[in-house]
This record gives sequence, C-alpha cells and structure tokens, in this order.
Amino acid sequence: MVRAVLWILAAVLLGGIVHLSTVLATPQAAKQDAYSRLAPLTPVNAMVSLTPAKAGAEIMPLMDPAFAAAVCRYDLTTGPLKLMAPVSQAYTSVTFYTRKSVAYYAINDRAAGRRAIELDLMTAAQHAQVPEDEEVTAADRLIIESPTAMGLIVVRALAPEPSLMPNVRQALAAATCRVQPAQ
Amino acid sequence: MRLLFGSCFTLLIAAAIGLGATWLTLTRGIAFGALTIGAWTAWPKSGSADIDPYARAMIARTGELPTGIGDGIAFYAHTDDSAHAFDGRCTFVISGITPTARYWTVTLYTPEGRLVANAIDRHGFTSEEIVRDGDGRFTITVAPLARPGNWLPTGGIEQFVLVWRLYDTAIGVATRTAKEGPMPAITRKGC
Repeated sequence: MVRAVLWILAAVLLGGIVHLSTVLATPQAAKQDAYSRLAPLTPVNAMVSLTPAKAGAEIMPLMDPAFAAAVCRYDLTTGPLKLMAPVSQAYTSVTFYTRKSVAYYAINDRAAGRRAIELDLMTAAQHAQVPEDEEVTAADRLIIESPTAMGLIVVRALAPEPSLMPNVRQALAAATCRVQPAQ
Repeated sequence: MRLLFGSCFTLLIAAAIGLGATWLTLTRGIAFGALTIGAWTAWPKSGSADIDPYARAMIARTGELPTGIGDGIAFYAHTDDSAHAFDGRCTFVISGITPTARYWTVTLYTPEGRLVANAIDRHGFTSEEIVRDGDGRFTITVAPLARPGNWLPTGGIEQFVLVWRLYDTAIGVATRTAKEGPMPAITRKGC
C-alpha cells in the first residue's frame, strides 16, 4: 500500500516536471510563430509594409485591422540598426519583439515627441562599444538594447477611419531600417 | 518484476499528467497577472519582457504579436456581463464608457483570432469613427443582421471574441481596480 502511494507520488512529481519543461520548450519548438510566418515575406534588415488585414488572408492572428503595419526583420550580427518611422496624423507606435515574439520595448509618437520616431537598435555588446563622448553628443538619440541578435520591429499607424487607410499606408511606406556602417 | 511494472506505470502516468496539463493550459490561454474588469480581461505583462512562460508558449503557438505595454493594452471578452458565451447568431449590445486613452479600437475575431468576412467589410470600430449620442455615449450592436447605428456584423459564426484595445493609456501593469478603468458593459438582447 505504502509502495503504491510512493509510486503515485513519484508519478505526480515527474508529471509536474514534464509539464513545466514542455511549457518552457514550446517557444523553441514552435514552427508557426510570428517570426516564422514573416520570414518568407520579409527580407532581413529592411522595412516592409504588410498587406492590410483581410478576412481569410491574415498573416498573423489578432492583428488590429484599423492599423497599417510595417515590419523590419532584423539581424544585428553585422552591426547596429537605425530605425526611422514617420509620425502619422493620428497615432504611430513602434514595438520591438525578440525572435520568440516577446515585446521587450514599445514606444508611441507622443513619447518619442518628434515629427519622426528615430531609434538606434543594438545588442548589449555593441552598446558597450559606443564611445562615451559620442553618446553624450548624441543625447537626443534613443538607443534600444536588443536582448537577442534577431527579432522583429513592427511600426503601426492608425487609420481613424477606413477612408484614411490609403494615406496612412502611403506615409508609413517612408519608414526605414538600415544597418549602420561599422565604425 | 514489481519494480519494472511500477516504474513503467509511473512514467506513463507522469507523461499523461505532464502533457495533459500543458495541452490544457496552452489551449485555454492561461497566463498570470490577469486584469479583469467586467467581462473584459487583459494580461498587461504579456506586452513586456516580464511575460510569464505560459503566455510565452501561447503566443509562440498562435503566432500572434502581443501589444507592447508602451503602445497600449488589449482586453479580451468571450462572454457578456452575465456570462452568456458570445454566439454570432445572437444580438449583443455594448455600451457605456471607456478608460482614458488617446485612441481605442474594438475588433471582432473568431476564437482563432481571424477576422470574419462580411458584406460591409466591417471588423470593428475606432474611437474616432463611432457614432455617439448627444452626451458622448455610444452603443454598439453586435448582431448577424444589419442594425441602425453602430452595427458590428458577426457573420452568424458560432463563437466569437471581442478585443478592446486602448492605445496610449495609463491602464497597465499598475492598474488594480475597475475604478481606474471603467470598461463598457455587454448585454445579450436575444437570440
């Protein structure tokens, strides 16, 4: 009897371990995550406008159809990235995701406080190499540290009414992301 | 012999418990730090680097890109205020006030997060285009057939989900009560 209880206890304990490890392993094993869906549609380190969300032709689930979106699929191994996104009349935001879709940083046009949102994206190692005096002179430069070398930048611009969508899409087409020349 | 039988039995039960629990949590969409106001629930931490492993696994499986906390917050509703599940063949009315935000949008999705095809190409409303009454209040009618005013078509699908997104808002990780964020009421008005 005691032995049976011990076996069951061991089973429950082991089950817990199986549960936790499978949950932790799911992001590594996922083949249909956002990055994998966007990889065939987007070149590396370039800004690409996404086709508008349409019923039956969504690239990703749960996209907000009131927004025009552009994606930069980045790889920082060749150097830091410079991002520029024009601010639309209504609302514009930039969200940074890791390779595994974790939104580690997001900023909107009001927080950026300019006509355009300009950001530098780099890894922690690249940030450490930026000369200190340069960081001071470029104080208005916003530097974002990416926890991973690869990831996604998504620029979203709101069309308050559907009729404004073509204008918003056209303005968003001016957004760029480029690898900075190595110093 | 007994040892062999025992260990095989243990391993089998362990696999069943472990995988079953994982499957359940990922399909049900369980995450920590839920903020529930009325019928609406948001997971503010899912839009930050503090996202928990369950939410991480879920977004990797569905392929969505969560709303970043510096951008806004997304509230999900699957039922009305009286816990009637959303059925696209019924009529639901959304009315009331929203928390302070620069803009908001409301969108109707299938349970898988897809848009629903309809004749007028309407999948939701933004705070700018919604028709309000003299006091600035609004009423949205979610129904399969055309209605006057703010009609959000369901396409007659069996189940749907409503997502209310607030952009540039103070509602977030620090929000605890409905007083800070009054969300609109949802009532079923017949099937």
